[in-house]
Amino acid sequence: MAQHSAKGARFQAVTANRLTDGEVVYLTAQSQWSETFSQAAIADGAEASEALLAQALPADYEAHVLDPYLFEVLEDAQTGYQPASVREIIRAKGPTIRLDLGKQALAS
Amino acid sequence: MYRYDEFDHQLVAERVTQFRGQVERRVRGEITEDAFKPLRLMNGVYLQLHAYMLRVAIPYGTLSSKQMHMLAHLARKYDRGYGHFTTRQNLQYNWPALDQIPDLLEELASVEMHAIQTSGNCIRNVTSDQYAGAIADEVEDPRIISEVIRQWSTFHPEFTYLPRKFKIAVTGHKNDRAAIKLHDIGIVIVKNQAGEVGYEIHVGGGQGRTPFIAKKMASFVPAAQLLAYLEAVMRVYNMLGRRDNSYKARIKILVHETGEAEMRRLVEAEFAKIDASQMLTVPQAEIDRIAAYFAPPAFETLPAQSASLDQARAADTGFDHWVGTNVVPHVQNGYGIVNISLKPIGGVPGDASDSQMDVIADLAADYSFDEVRVTHEQNLVLPHVKSDELKAVYDILLAHELATPNLGMISDTIACPGLDYCNLANARSIPLAQDISNRFADLDRQYDIGELKIKISGCINACGHHHVGHIGILGVDKKGTEFYQISLGGSADENASLGDITGRAFTEDTIVDAIENLVTSYIDMRDKEERFIDTYRRVGMQPFKERLYAE
Repeated sequence: MAQHSAKGARFQAVTANRLTDGEVVYLTAQSQWSETFSQAAIADGAEASEALLAQALPADYEAHVLDPYLFEVLEDAQTGYQPASVREIIRAKGPTIRLDLGKQALAS
Repeated sequence: MYRYDEFDHQLVAERVTQFRGQVERRVRGEITEDAFKPLRLMNGVYLQLHAYMLRVAIPYGTLSSKQMHMLAHLARKYDRGYGHFTTRQNLQYNWPALDQIPDLLEELASVEMHAIQTSGNCIRNVTSDQYAGAIADEVEDPRIISEVIRQWSTFHPEFTYLPRKFKIAVTGHKNDRAAIKLHDIGIVIVKNQAGEVGYEIHVGGGQGRTPFIAKKMASFVPAAQLLAYLEAVMRVYNMLGRRDNSYKARIKILVHETGEAEMRRLVEAEFAKIDASQMLTVPQAEIDRIAAYFAPPAFETLPAQSASLDQARAADTGFDHWVGTNVVPHVQNGYGIVNISLKPIGGVPGDASDSQMDVIADLAADYSFDEVRVTHEQNLVLPHVKSDELKAVYDILLAHELATPNLGMISDTIACPGLDYCNLANARSIPLAQDISNRFADLDRQYDIGELKIKISGCINACGHHHVGHIGILGVDKKGTEFYQISLGGSADENASLGDITGRAFTEDTIVDAIENLVTSYIDMRDKEERFIDTYRRVGMQPFKERLYAE
């Protein structure tokens, strides 16, 4: 599996897959799981990132999501933030070969 | 086709009930993911990038029309209207919800199908030659012994927690279409000088991070002793295979580290014990009982030449190309083996929509004695079509974008799901297959290039068989960006070989040009009728490499 964050990454967010259907979800600032990347809480720096990940791991997290992890995001002049890796861009949108499927299909 | 007996029905039904209970307890939070994950994997359920993925077993790649209709129905009802045929002759659904999978499996069980042995560290679904029972010069229909192996291996208590997964493939023909030398065990059905049928056993092949061609362990194992011999191989592996490092846990590593001769000695010592016990001696009556299910269908006696076929070919160039490329001579006069390409130009290799699956199921029922086959190269086969009816079949396939005449051509690519779906992938495979297909879309150009097998994997696990592509492409990740490494000279047939890496990797923007560069080099260097692989084997890496990396 690819590394989710480059060493020294500044901005990071937390993602996981929902237990019941595997849907990609993001941890929000309100400690909820959202289906949209734009709702994700963005942590600035290593310490804030670890604190954010810790929020994703309360005792009952496993009842809702699978394997939360941190991934790198980059500041983007137009959209605010974007996932850094191709992998996380694809998770945030859907398969690049089927634009009618995944989150991208709902967005359009 | 094989029909379940009461035991098969019972064990599949029981497994669905058990899994339903496990899913319910997981969703209610009564069991942890650590406890649940091995259970879901034993039922073919993976977690991928966007959703769960369910892998359905298609034992030795054989389906009835009823089963194919069911696969279409499940794609519509539980998924997003399509399925993906894999290099293990299985079908994958990309979007099922976990809490609906037990219902899906229950419907699947109603047509004698399941997802057992499609995941986990067990003996996986046995694969075989898609032309079984249809091709001339077959020693024996490989599905007979494949079914014997299925019955022996399913829920085998000793081999449920192996060091790693274990894959077996069988061919009954000298031309290997099942890539048997790239399997943990590859079986070639042979005849000895006395004319008796037996089994040549190859052990320790595989791809992934450390690819190996299998070593021939035994030249002739008699039919009655086959299971004893296989059990001996499994037992040696189960005892000595590494469990400390999953990358070194496959039997190929054990064979490599132990050495071929010592491995053979260990297997033969174990085999002698098992054989003496007669516990696993297969009764001939049981082999005969299973063989009866695979008896040839009621073929008509027909002339070798079909006048109507000749006329139809003369009248329709597209049909003529398709017959020339996708239809293979049948053992029975007046019949042909129809290959249905799941590689339309610019399409997703191995994907079929629910409606396409229904069309193929109907064609099987109407024209091919109710049989469909899945190939490890991600295409489908109607094994027994009358020559006189090829045109009717073609017209229906054509109307549903299933008549691409490119079998074995450069656009007939194997590609794993890659980073568009797969949680393990480092790079995308499918868009690259599509770009190559579009670049070489012109059929005349494809036919001029001739047989050229491109195989693409999105990570080193090599589900896309890149090690054995005439041109293999491996996707790698460099700091979150995709790169593609090329290898040349691989082959998965009876002359199996592993490809050699050309050198530095290419970017998404330059990889298709690089492939075209290699094709042009081949055309410039080829001698008369040479295929790409023949030219490569004659001239070697250097001339290809010089032109590929020329500034």
